[in-house]
Amino acid sequence: MRRPVRFAVFLVAGLALAAALAFFVSPQASGEPDGLNRVAIDADFADAESDHALARTPTAGYGVEGVDDERLSTGLAGVIGVAITFAVAGGLMLVVRRAGGRSTTGGRSPGDAGHSAVPG
Amino acid sequence: MHIPDGFINGGVSAGAAVVAAGGLGATLKRAGQVLDERRVPLAGLAAAFIFAVQMLNFPVASGTSGHLLGGALAAILLGPSVGAVCVSVVLLVQALLFADGGLSALGLNILNMALITAFAGYLAFVGLRRVLPARPGSVVVASGVAAGLSVVLSSVAFAAQYAIGGAGGASVGTVFGAMVGVHVLIGIGEGIITGLVVGAVLASRPDLVFGARDLDLVVGARDLDQGPAAAPAAVRAEVRS
Repeated sequence: MRRPVRFAVFLVAGLALAAALAFFVSPQASGEPDGLNRVAIDADFADAESDHALARTPTAGYGVEGVDDERLSTGLAGVIGVAITFAVAGGLMLVVRRAGGRSTTGGRSPGDAGHSAVPG
Repeated sequence: MHIPDGFINGGVSAGAAVVAAGGLGATLKRAGQVLDERRVPLAGLAAAFIFAVQMLNFPVASGTSGHLLGGALAAILLGPSVGAVCVSVVLLVQALLFADGGLSALGLNILNMALITAFAGYLAFVGLRRVLPARPGSVVVASGVAAGLSVVLSSVAFAAQYAIGGAGGASVGTVFGAMVGVHVLIGIGEGIITGLVVGAVLASRPDLVFGARDLDLVVGARDLDQGPAAAPAAVRAEVRS
């Protein structure tokens, strides 16, 4: 078996990959309607969509207000999203873990779903 | 598959919000009980990664694109409860920061794209693992197939919601057929991406894949991590050798 990488390296590399995908690749993504929007157009209910209440906020629509270069704007919005999603999800998990009463730092305790076949 | 405001009426949207809030509350509670220290930053990473990959729309047919949903992926990497919470955070950030997915449809979107994909995807994954040989390659195959199925199920959920409270008067049969048809194609993309990501994590840190923990792929972890979370794995590795 290949030698596993360090946990910290795994984390940093994963975040760097996410940021790189968001910054460099997302501006190249297909701009065609997604599956649901395509169905809405074809089945003639796309007009039922109403304006998003936050449509005029600075990063609405995956762009950064004031950045004229469209690719840069999309890429920056992506990196902002990656950073905020990481912070919110990690922070939320930290809070629920404390609320869950797990004060020990062990990897697998009897309360863990580690060896249970039941979905955790 | 982010539902905007207006596609589904207020009553069904509100009902879905109540169901999603209840489901999310239960998964948060469960996540708090099962989370170990190391899965806290991993959950953040999984959510951030899924956010990034959700931006990468790929073409699936002429004039149509699709993107990863990621619920099955997160569930296989972290367990279904933690995974469902991760994707819910992604959907929340998308709706609030990027105006993607209607605010009134947030409950519908969390139900369809986080809860259903994570739990149904994980159940399909477990079922497939039972009939496949117990080795890492099976984990990759089961991940891909389960992820693809989860996308189709998510599209069926939308069709059902449209049947109950859809706007615009399209025929339910048409919407159902069109949604499932296009999401079979998107599901193939979801399956390929999910299989690749699970395969990459298995190759670099197999001990971090929740859905492969029965395989005890922890060789060498003892030398790498000084953190307390590594201790039980190292002990188990020693007992076996």
